[in-house]
Amino acid sequence: MSKLLAWVDDRFPATKVWEEHLAKYYAPKNFNFWYYFGGLAVLVLVIQILTGIFLTIHYKPDSELAFASVEYIMRDVPWGWLIRYLHSTGASAFFIIVYLHMFRAMLYGSHRNPRELIWLIGCIIYVALMAEAFMGYLLPWGNMSYWGAQVIISLFSAIPGIGEGLALWIRGDFVVSDATLNRFFAFHVVLIPLILIGLVFVHIVALHKVGSNNPDGIEIKKVKNENGIPVDGIPFHPYYTVKDIMGAVFFLILFSIVIFFMPEFFGIFLEKDNFTPANPLQTPEDIVPLWYFTPYYSILRANTVSFFWIDAKVWGVIFMGLAIVMFFLLPWLDRSPAKSIRYRGVQYKVWLTLFVISFVLLGYLGLKNPDHVDLFLFRNVIWAQILTIVYFLFFLLMPFYSKADKTKPVPERVSFK
Amino acid sequence: MVDDRVNNERRRFLTVVTSGIGAVGGIFAATPFVLSMAPSERAKAAGAPVEIDISKLKPGQMVKEIWRGKPVWVVSRTPEMLESLKAIEAELQDPMSASSVQPTNAQNEFRSEKPEILVLIGICTHLGCSPVQKFAIGPASGISDDWPGGFFCPCHGSKFDLAGRVYRNVPAPDNMEVPPYTFLNDTLILVGEEGSA
Repeated sequence: MSKLLAWVDDRFPATKVWEEHLAKYYAPKNFNFWYYFGGLAVLVLVIQILTGIFLTIHYKPDSELAFASVEYIMRDVPWGWLIRYLHSTGASAFFIIVYLHMFRAMLYGSHRNPRELIWLIGCIIYVALMAEAFMGYLLPWGNMSYWGAQVIISLFSAIPGIGEGLALWIRGDFVVSDATLNRFFAFHVVLIPLILIGLVFVHIVALHKVGSNNPDGIEIKKVKNENGIPVDGIPFHPYYTVKDIMGAVFFLILFSIVIFFMPEFFGIFLEKDNFTPANPLQTPEDIVPLWYFTPYYSILRANTVSFFWIDAKVWGVIFMGLAIVMFFLLPWLDRSPAKSIRYRGVQYKVWLTLFVISFVLLGYLGLKNPDHVDLFLFRNVIWAQILTIVYFLFFLLMPFYSKADKTKPVPERVSFK
Repeated sequence: MVDDRVNNERRRFLTVVTSGIGAVGGIFAATPFVLSMAPSERAKAAGAPVEIDISKLKPGQMVKEIWRGKPVWVVSRTPEMLESLKAIEAELQDPMSASSVQPTNAQNEFRSEKPEILVLIGICTHLGCSPVQKFAIGPASGISDDWPGGFFCPCHGSKFDLAGRVYRNVPAPDNMEVPPYTFLNDTLILVGEEGSA
């Protein structure tokens, strides 16, 4: 066996890769709950790819056949319902995990120097994931699929000058049609997964170059022992592989509960209107995207005023785009001397709380009719406008409040809390 | 004798020229792939005009047809409906349809060639949803107590009158589009081609 390994090692750096990325990759010893989500994101990516492969075996990307082929998978294909529910629930689980993973970075300053590139790559993964989810959602060819795609593609037509032509090029037809379905299928199962896998690889390579951050937001590489190993580091394998397996088991229990007992998750993971086939003449009563897009959808709808000679519709698209761009800028907006929330002052804590509240409530409002009153006092659209302002102020004021904030002294060594 | 002197300037020149020409070649190579995503000949052919028979359409009713995959509505408006159009002009963004899309034969206050027959593309100018008809007047419409009849977009709450004109303070920026159409005779409309009337 060791002879075989030596033979391989002479030709491929098997042992070297194993040691650099697992057995001798030293991660801070004070990881907590928030550090489960990176590994879980990889797990869900694997689930999505595997279940996706088995779905393509039975699915037909044709506007005449698509809806029926999904029903066929659900009713006639042995275990087809399970594979399909794994895939549809996996999509929502992916976003839950990614949102928590991003929130972890904002808690502990994982986006800060020297990890800006990891964060940027992560932001691109997030955008690619949104494209993947959006295109995948068209494939069942339900009525909500159809009108969701109709609305989102027409966002591109809001771009002055080239917009109409661009939307036509994306659809490949004058409306969302068979041509659109067929190309979205190609992108959803080939192009974007390839991009995602590539980006995840680069994300991890960049992480292993600089090393993991930790809940104290300090660099463990600053204090090393005589062998050059960080004294606050432990090998990723076996310590964190075991920890992550425990997290994965717990996640899979929750995941299974949803799949077996509430796969539609109260109409949030699978929407009611998507159980009727696409009908170009009949818009669903309440058109809503899936829950993971609704914060941005709320921001889009919150723009009801035209100013600077630009239509409210175009402002909606601009602000929705900027809401995502803000994440990319985060490493440079944050000027605090402390990375971790443990050593930051009250201002950042208040702003981060406000941001989380605005993100969650915008997401909630995105599921609701803008003219109804679902919170209190104001109509939903007014709340969305207020929360949109809070959302942007969190980012735009960050250079000021993060600098002015009173921080606590940052320790030399990691701590356990 | 090998000449091992390096001419860096020549190397740089060759590198720049090679990569420049390579980039141009790359654009040429990408062109067919990019263009392959444009609407196909079949999709363009499917955009041909359609005929709509309105012989069975009674006043106050509406029929839906498809042209280029888009819903086309034909509404037969009653005299009361036409009357209501004038009363609400102050509440509209663009009552004269100055900035909206319509063929020249519908460039008037009723947005139609014959006042009683309205032809519309049933797509909201906000984000492409299809509004629902709300012809009931007042509280029965479920919209407002003084609702004069019109169309309501369930997606984002845009409101349109019975000529497809958009109200103020709703997300939709423009009046609904009127497709090019022509009357072949009293009961047959050809949608997709503007008449030379």
